[in-house]
Amino acid sequence: MENEKIIQQQEKKALFISILLMAVFISMIVYGIKGVGVDLPTCISNVQPYETGKVVQVSDKEYEIYYVARMWFFDPQNVEIPVGSKVRIYLTSLDVTHGLHIWGTNVNLMAIPNAVNYYEVKFNKEGEYIVSCHEYCGIAHQNMIGKIIVKSSIENLGQNINNIQTAAQVGGEKTW
Amino acid sequence: MVETQERGEGLKVEGWLRFITLFELVFPTILLILGIYNGLLQVLYRAGIIKSMSFLGISYYQGLTLHGVINAIVFTTFFIVAFSNLVMYYYTRIQLSKGLTYIAFALMVVGTLLAAIPMLIGKANVLYTFYPPLKAHPMFYIGAALLVVGTWVAFLSYILVYLKWKKENPQKGVPLGVIGVMSTFIIWFVATVPLAYAVLFMLIPWSLGIVKEINIMVERTLFWFFGHPLVYFWLLPSYIMLYVVLPKIAGGKLFSEKFARLVFMLFIIFSIPVGVHHQYSDPSIGTSMKFLHGVLTFAVAIPSFLTAFNVAASLEYAGRKNGGNGIFGWWKKLPYTDPKKYLFAYMFAGLVLFLFGGITGIVNASYNLNSVVHNTAWVPGHFHTTVGGLVFLSFLGMSLYLVQKLLGKEVKFQRLNVLVPYMWLIGVILMSTGMSIPGIEGMPRRTNIGLTYLNPESEFFRPGWVFWSYLSVIGGTIMFISMFSYFVIFFSTLFSKKTSEADLYIPTAQSLDDAGTSFSSFKPWIAILIVLILVAYIPTFYDLSKATFGGAPPYSPELPVPMR
Ligand code: HEM
Ligand SMILES: [Cu+2]
Ligand SMILES: [Cu+2]
Repeated sequence: MENEKIIQQQEKKALFISILLMAVFISMIVYGIKGVGVDLPTCISNVQPYETGKVVQVSDKEYEIYYVARMWFFDPQNVEIPVGSKVRIYLTSLDVTHGLHIWGTNVNLMAIPNAVNYYEVKFNKEGEYIVSCHEYCGIAHQNMIGKIIVKSSIENLGQNINNIQTAAQVGGEKTW
Repeated sequence: MVETQERGEGLKVEGWLRFITLFELVFPTILLILGIYNGLLQVLYRAGIIKSMSFLGISYYQGLTLHGVINAIVFTTFFIVAFSNLVMYYYTRIQLSKGLTYIAFALMVVGTLLAAIPMLIGKANVLYTFYPPLKAHPMFYIGAALLVVGTWVAFLSYILVYLKWKKENPQKGVPLGVIGVMSTFIIWFVATVPLAYAVLFMLIPWSLGIVKEINIMVERTLFWFFGHPLVYFWLLPSYIMLYVVLPKIAGGKLFSEKFARLVFMLFIIFSIPVGVHHQYSDPSIGTSMKFLHGVLTFAVAIPSFLTAFNVAASLEYAGRKNGGNGIFGWWKKLPYTDPKKYLFAYMFAGLVLFLFGGITGIVNASYNLNSVVHNTAWVPGHFHTTVGGLVFLSFLGMSLYLVQKLLGKEVKFQRLNVLVPYMWLIGVILMSTGMSIPGIEGMPRRTNIGLTYLNPESEFFRPGWVFWSYLSVIGGTIMFISMFSYFVIFFSTLFSKKTSEADLYIPTAQSLDDAGTSFSSFKPWIAILIVLILVAYIPTFYDLSKATFGGAPPYSPELPVPMR
């Protein structure tokens, strides 16, 4: 049948175009990873869950923040960092599942008890960054908000920073 | 296609099946009133118009739990089983097992009631994803498990019908509706087995105190193994309607039945091994697995693209047959507002929403791009155009239609009825825009933001979001008015006088091609599915075994200390 042939051809064309389109999208993601350098949090197995939050200055413009999410606050709640710093963020939870989203950055993580999440970010602009819990974690979830204050220079940082050089190994170990 | 479909005359449905099916359609529609009411409240809370923890005895998170569970789980599941019962019977003319159908029905109703009690008294404020270590009353989990087991029993009755039909018709291609129902339930069954494991062997013993701690990442991964196929469980019945019913009502034929069958088979293989795309932001799963699940997610978009093409081609054929010419002339010849063909209006409005849903869904699936939108208001902005769009509208329309047919009644308020889906369409677009845009700036979902980010007295107040949240209020109100109209129409029709013979007729389009017996066996596709699941999940669980360090005891949403 002539009709049959036309239908087959058109459907095959549609199939081909949709596969092509998907391939384009996937290539853009790969470009995002390799070219722009934006990846997702991966599996780290060498950092044990911890119970207290802390900020560690590793070198001049290199920091580590060990966040603990709890009902209903972050520990540390407010963090000050000099502009241009590279920050390695570790995140765990001491009770239920929480989220940690630093607005205006790609830091968007889940906090899970007995697991450690990890992401790296660089703060190039001064200002106050909201750290918002975005996973329902109980009755006062909406109040669970922290801050990262990015300041022009290190002198006016109003906090104690542990200067520990033996901070956890960068990035952790990948299992796959 | 099967000859019986062509005759177009009604099919007598036995009393018992009619009773069960009607119950399965009316019961969730009554519950839906509560689900929709809470939807309206949510937009008001989130704009800071209701600036409090609770309203009229229902707290924000309790209302959100009811909203998610009733609208997205209970209403959809009951409708799908009722619809599938009738589709299987209508296209095979083989009686469903009375015993199994009754058992399925009883399990689903009892399960729903059991889960409803703790939700209504505020003992299960855990949202419809019930992520541990937040703990609900054990009855909530038991109820959910019964509901799922009920659907398994229904599936068993379809399998028996399917096998019998195959045996009696060895030379024929399987009717498209039957292929659709079987694919829907194959996906559902495979997806719910790990869920049942998580509920029966992890959550229930843990909530009863028999087990002290459970591994949260393992539970999450089992949950999302189920969570993504869940959306295809909702979507595939809509696709059945788009392929089988819509072209007929539009006045045309299905462009290609062969490719429609292929689409269902592709869904079987791709809709399950993609669950980690809901865990892009999770710890303890490597980027390799996240990327693999991302790529497979793009693969599952392909059958949806094919559907869009096939449906558009079918509508074009119908429009031309109705007298439309030129490149765009056929657009004008479709029954958009014909009160007698209201099913067209419901599906068409749903399709328009699904266009938005498809595009925003691609954004969500896009691996690193997901970091911008994960758990923000963008996400509910997205899925009110998918499950709250095409799925919901086609279910509403078909539900009304089936009630009408099974009882031999005339739809009441017909002019209003044909406007309901368009009101919903406008409402959803406004509400979703009002959530999606601030979502990109970080506005969180699942949060009573009227107390903080939308509260002028809070130090975290965001003046820039006031406009968007009021837009959501306008959209949500239009959605509410649309649903209020629907309830009036539905229940007036239900309680009106019988006007004609009560028999079932499912509008069924012929197809332009002859699909023969192609794509009439599920076996090879199920085999591919199993391989893909192993490839996508063995390494994922290996990651979890390396990078999780213990479990968690239960917590009540009210207190920051463990319950035991
Ligand atoms: C009047 C109609 C509706 C309105 C105004 C509405 C509004 C909303 C809003 C504002 C949220 C976000 C709440 C938050 O994240 O804090 C939400 C969540 C949700 N809605 Fe709706 N909605 C409506 C109807 C529906 C329908 C018909 C469905 C499904 C068929 C649906 C499914 C959901 C689901 C699954 C969630 C997510 C719940 C969660 O995050 O736990 N909604 N809705
Ligand atoms: Cu929270
Ligand atoms: Cu998904």
